[in-house]
Amino acid sequence: MRKLPVFLSLLMVLSLVLSACAAPTPVVIEKEVPVEKEVVKTIVVEKEKLVEKPVVQTVVVEKEVPVERVVKETVVVEKEVVVEVTPEVPTVVTYPRNETLYTSGKQWGPPTSWNPIQPWAYAMGTIGLCYETLFLYDPLKNEYIPWLAESGEWVSDKVYEVKLREGVTWSDGEPFTADDVVFTFELGKMEAVYYHTLWDWLESAEKVDDYTVKFTFTEPLYQEWGNLLYSMAMVPKHLWEDRTEEEITTGDNLPPLGTGAYLYETHSEDRMVWVRNEDWWATKLLGLKVAPKYIVDIVNPSNNVALGLVLKGEIDLSNNFLPGINTLVKGGYGISTWYPEPPYMLAANTAFLFMNLTKKPMDDPAFRRAMAYAVDVNQIVNVVYGNIVQAADPSGLLPVWSQYIDQEVVDELGFSYDPDKAKEILAEAGYKDVDGDGFVEAPDGSKIELKIIVPFGWTDWMESIKVIANGAQAVEINLQPDFPDFGGYWDQLTGGTFDMAINNFGSNLSNTPWTFYDWLFQTPITDQMTNGNFGRYDNPEVFDLVVQLDKTPVEDIEGMKEVISKIQRIQLTDMPAIPFWYNGLWAQWNSTYWTNWPSAAEGAPKYLPCTWNGYWNMTALLMLTELKPVE
Amino acid sequence: MRRYFSRKLLIYALTFFLAVTIDWLIPRFMPGNPVQTMLSRAALRAEAAKVLQSYYIRAFGLDLPLWQQYLNFWKALFHGDFGISIFLFPKPVIRVIMNAVPYDMFLLIPAILLSWIAGNRVGAIAARTKWLDNTVLPLGYILTATPYMWLAIVLAWALGIVLGIFPIAGAYSFALRPHLSWTFIKDLLWHWFLPFASLFLVMFGGWAIGMRNMIIYELEADYSRYLEALGAPQRLIRKYAFRNAMLPQITGLALQLGVIVAGALATEIVFSYPGIGYLILQAVQNQDYFLIQGCFLFIIVGVLLANFAIDIVYILVDPRTRLGMTGEAA
Repeated sequence: MRKLPVFLSLLMVLSLVLSACAAPTPVVIEKEVPVEKEVVKTIVVEKEKLVEKPVVQTVVVEKEVPVERVVKETVVVEKEVVVEVTPEVPTVVTYPRNETLYTSGKQWGPPTSWNPIQPWAYAMGTIGLCYETLFLYDPLKNEYIPWLAESGEWVSDKVYEVKLREGVTWSDGEPFTADDVVFTFELGKMEAVYYHTLWDWLESAEKVDDYTVKFTFTEPLYQEWGNLLYSMAMVPKHLWEDRTEEEITTGDNLPPLGTGAYLYETHSEDRMVWVRNEDWWATKLLGLKVAPKYIVDIVNPSNNVALGLVLKGEIDLSNNFLPGINTLVKGGYGISTWYPEPPYMLAANTAFLFMNLTKKPMDDPAFRRAMAYAVDVNQIVNVVYGNIVQAADPSGLLPVWSQYIDQEVVDELGFSYDPDKAKEILAEAGYKDVDGDGFVEAPDGSKIELKIIVPFGWTDWMESIKVIANGAQAVEINLQPDFPDFGGYWDQLTGGTFDMAINNFGSNLSNTPWTFYDWLFQTPITDQMTNGNFGRYDNPEVFDLVVQLDKTPVEDIEGMKEVISKIQRIQLTDMPAIPFWYNGLWAQWNSTYWTNWPSAAEGAPKYLPCTWNGYWNMTALLMLTELKPVE
Repeated sequence: MRRYFSRKLLIYALTFFLAVTIDWLIPRFMPGNPVQTMLSRAALRAEAAKVLQSYYIRAFGLDLPLWQQYLNFWKALFHGDFGISIFLFPKPVIRVIMNAVPYDMFLLIPAILLSWIAGNRVGAIAARTKWLDNTVLPLGYILTATPYMWLAIVLAWALGIVLGIFPIAGAYSFALRPHLSWTFIKDLLWHWFLPFASLFLVMFGGWAIGMRNMIIYELEADYSRYLEALGAPQRLIRKYAFRNAMLPQITGLALQLGVIVAGALATEIVFSYPGIGYLILQAVQNQDYFLIQGCFLFIIVGVLLANFAIDIVYILVDPRTRLGMTGEAA
């Protein structure tokens, strides 16, 4: 009786070892197996008549059963029957260190979806490593790189034609053709597919021949189209066409099968493992070979563990936000970032201060302008972030979009930290401390008590809004920081009940500043603003300009500049939201096992070192072709 | 006997119903909207986000009136359907739990049972051994009073990073694929040791102190004095004291085992050990109604089963309960 608990716990240990050994999902193991091919030649003489096509059929058999297939022919045909003999070989169970790349940063929970049309849920690498896009986009050079497509062009104002690469295959050997492309775009006719709204302005996607697809538009939105070309992943028609709508939109699509450089290997609660596709089309057609044979992506651990793993070289590339990484880069721990000195990281998006324009006193442009002058952004950059971010340009446009910044407008209307100026603006607009509590009252005499919110637990933002609140208090604006949990934060922000908040969700790096403005000046204004314009800035003039920008061809840089300059003037005059700093493209790597990482250094590859969603197709995939194992 | 159990069962059924109702209700009182939270991660174009949001609110049945949702919830529950997780879309809740909980059991069952056995033994011995009382007891106090998080971080830092003996993350090496071999089992145990040891240490202290105090109390009780006066051997007296002191410890053990399904949040965070605890935290943060419901349902069932087990065990180990029942029946 007394021994029972001991026995029980031993039993538990044993049963769990056993259950852990059972892989979560059966995977057909057919890689890495030396295959002997026996070619059996049979000559079949058939007397029956009338079968149109002479057929040579190849039958691939997995087990050692020799098979001869009789095919009805009108003539005597020499027929090949290929029998693959697959000897029983144990699965690869240990990933050799020098062939494996360990990453972290994208996955916030166990991988549960490999469905490329669930962009909020899919596992690290689903789009990029497994499913591929027609083009890649290089934000550093502002270039579209033909990928599954060989070329694409606007043959007329409303017709876009894509030529596909010949010789691209799905990993099951089926060729990738125009049928797949048309099928993928037509999936968007389902309401629950994220590119459903494309069909509001796309009229048809037609197959011209096996390798040409013609898109006809009712109203071409060039910028948005450019974005879709490199972000939409192509799916195989031959495997997906029999699926129901529910399976397509809510299925987990396991195992995923794409055209990409990697195949699904396995996953568990704390990792996602990809294995190299040795028959990847780009090896044959473009001479590209991805260096790591395995990619193991580790579900984001807490900061201290992530830091420990990078230090020990157990994670090669970490895309986590690790506060204090600057001291490690300087400290000789073998950890590098894009730049060896501040700002260390590339800029990935812009953190904006949103103000609720439906509330007083945020409806007053003078008050908003005073806020812009009141905040010491350098303190956020230096103290809160330790210089791993940069202060934002007053226009908010990311450094990769600097060519679109109209310097004249910025010089005239821009702002910088100047508390005296902030006080001056407030005084001029009639804000005055009437009751002597040290804080100003609105011109109509009403009290000002405001809150600024960020989600609880987002420590960098929590510290940042303390700086912002301090800056505001120094110019006598009563602004207090507040930290609701994410749900509460998001509810206040989207429902329009907040006073002030920090947000950056839609300001991400992309092929066009249009995505940035579309988010900043989201229209129409509704009860729930789930995607930008949280402050409910209502100005039809700027809304029209954003649409006009969308309709400007991507090659027409001058045209884009002209529209953007107008937007900037309005933005900096009205200040509906204030850009403060650029959040970094968090990336730190340990060069113990892999070298030739992309960086700002001379001669280093210039690709984005990032595993987040949407970055594999923004050249991160090419980073894998440049990595070199350390001997 | 039958009346005793039928009454108990009725109480359990009522408790279950109420607890599950509260479990269903509370997440829905939280501010915010889970579907919005889910889609906020997608960085979708605004029009697309709107369409998807209305689609998924319908798909999860969140557009129905609350009473309808509540009825549907019970209906689905009786069909064994826990729904689909929103945070871990599109994985069914039951599979999320089934995949994560084994790690917790692997960690917690040995930690709880072994610390319970060791703690009780050492506590009982300490109660009557001066030097042990002076060494183990203060140590036990220190161990239980130490914030668990801190102890675990110190262990991970000292043994994992400074000395580099133990790994600091994962349930097994990131370079391994689960399979049946000594390499894998050794690796699994290697990764298991630190989280286990940290839990064991903290729990051990608690059990030892509890047991020591109970024994001293029992040895001072009238029946012990009486036995002593009768000239019974010390061994016999201690045996009785031990049996009596065990009762509250058994209750404690059963309750600990009952909440195993809740996982060990702090351990999972510090050692990056996969398990349900961290998932529950994330489910709450992401307002994943279905995952929260599912997890807490299992916790409720666990606690009720543990209580039921205590009721039975008490009958076996405590003759007084047996007597009480026969008296009642008579």
